[in-house]
Amino acid sequence: MSHIEFLAAFNALDFGIIWNYRDLFIRGVWLTLRLTLLGFSLGLILGIFLGLGRLSKRKWIYYPCKIYIDFIRGTPLLVQILIIHTALIPSIFGQSLGFFVSGALALTLNSGAYIAEIVRAGIQSLDKGQTEAARSLGMPKGMAMRYIILPQAIRRMVPPLGNELIALLKDSSLVTVIAANDILYAAKIVQGATFKQWEPYLTAALLYLLLTWLASKLIAFIEKRFSTSYVPKKRRTTFADQLKR
Amino acid sequence: MIKIKGLKKSFGDLEVLKGIDLEIKEREVVCIIGASGSGKSTLLRCINLLEEPTDGEVYIEDVKVNDPKTDINKIRTDVGMVFQQFNLFPHMTVLDNITIAPRKVKKVDEKEAEALAYELLAKVGLTDKAHNYPEQLSGGQMQRVAIARALAMKPKVMLFDEPTSALDPEMVKEVLDVMKQLAQEGMTMVVVTHEMGFAREVADRVIFIDGGYLVEEGTPEEIFNNPKNERTKAFLGKVL
Repeated sequence: MSHIEFLAAFNALDFGIIWNYRDLFIRGVWLTLRLTLLGFSLGLILGIFLGLGRLSKRKWIYYPCKIYIDFIRGTPLLVQILIIHTALIPSIFGQSLGFFVSGALALTLNSGAYIAEIVRAGIQSLDKGQTEAARSLGMPKGMAMRYIILPQAIRRMVPPLGNELIALLKDSSLVTVIAANDILYAAKIVQGATFKQWEPYLTAALLYLLLTWLASKLIAFIEKRFSTSYVPKKRRTTFADQLKR
Repeated sequence: MIKIKGLKKSFGDLEVLKGIDLEIKEREVVCIIGASGSGKSTLLRCINLLEEPTDGEVYIEDVKVNDPKTDINKIRTDVGMVFQQFNLFPHMTVLDNITIAPRKVKKVDEKEAEALAYELLAKVGLTDKAHNYPEQLSGGQMQRVAIARALAMKPKVMLFDEPTSALDPEMVKEVLDVMKQLAQEGMTMVVVTHEMGFAREVADRVIFIDGGYLVEEGTPEEIFNNPKNERTKAFLGKVL
């Protein structure tokens, strides 16, 4: 395509066509959000256990966790999705449980491995004096972890967890390959139905951009609340408040 | 109260403690002095098993500490420890720092734990800081809170690991004063310190450690005024 044709194509963009398929895109946004949030939440739970297992001194806990994390992080999500949807679930349940179960499971198992590394790094970044102080007071390991280490480590995990959420949101588009009707799938359907390429895929891109932008705003808000200081901020008093006193 | 026999500790190929024998009686205040890297902190940390001895035996009230069958958490509730870097829990208020262990480990109810915490805060002179966070305190105040936190478990012995080494000079005294008071009340104390003035004034016994061996021990007068060992003389010559 010469650049003249390119400009002509660009001039001819007709997003009005997309409007006819808005329900498809709305459903796609909804599915992308559900898959991402479900995968992230379950992945968070999985990741905490895997991350703690990765820190364990017991070999029979450490090695399975490490091998799992290395396997997931060393293989493409696309391959994982296909394995889970076409092989793992059918061989366990005898049939497919639908794209939603496969997609959510794949995103959970995948983000769990990445979150495990975030959890491990967050815990390891704490001064070891914190553990020693807790243990010297007679706290067993688990108690020290729960009341002393995790509350501090979670704060340090917030920024990298935010990155992971955004990465997962974008990577969730891979579930399209198992015909999950997410945002990208909507774009593919519209492309097939209208023979237009630019409009549907640009729409998908813009929708992802919108979602990642919203997610980054949410993360920035949470990060602000969990700032480096542990001292709770005093509520700002207004002039009216001062008059009342 | 504390009995240490043939204690050895290695970190990899580096042998830090090469066979220490030591006995500490109830209500005794023992100061451990020695150069950096001599193993005095390691010795202290072996008592509550923050370091696992490589060889030898540590007994607290006739219970062998470094025995896999011993419930170390139970022993640690009787052994308070104060660290050089304070190690206060930064995500908790001063009050919570002091009450968390009694409440969670000993299952003391909240009101009782707080009453005790206020009592201890009064003792270290920080009642007004109960609802502050550690980062709002000075170094000296943090270390006094750390002492109160350890005392909240009602320990039978207190270990101090260079408690004033991370403090600005003007804050050293407030911490030492609290420790002096504690000693006068009859607390059994083992103090690793560089504060020779404190050792001279408060200690019942001073122990000099060098190169992983217990080189010399005696009353403060014996050690500071009339050291017998050449290495003790050389060390004291540098620090006094």
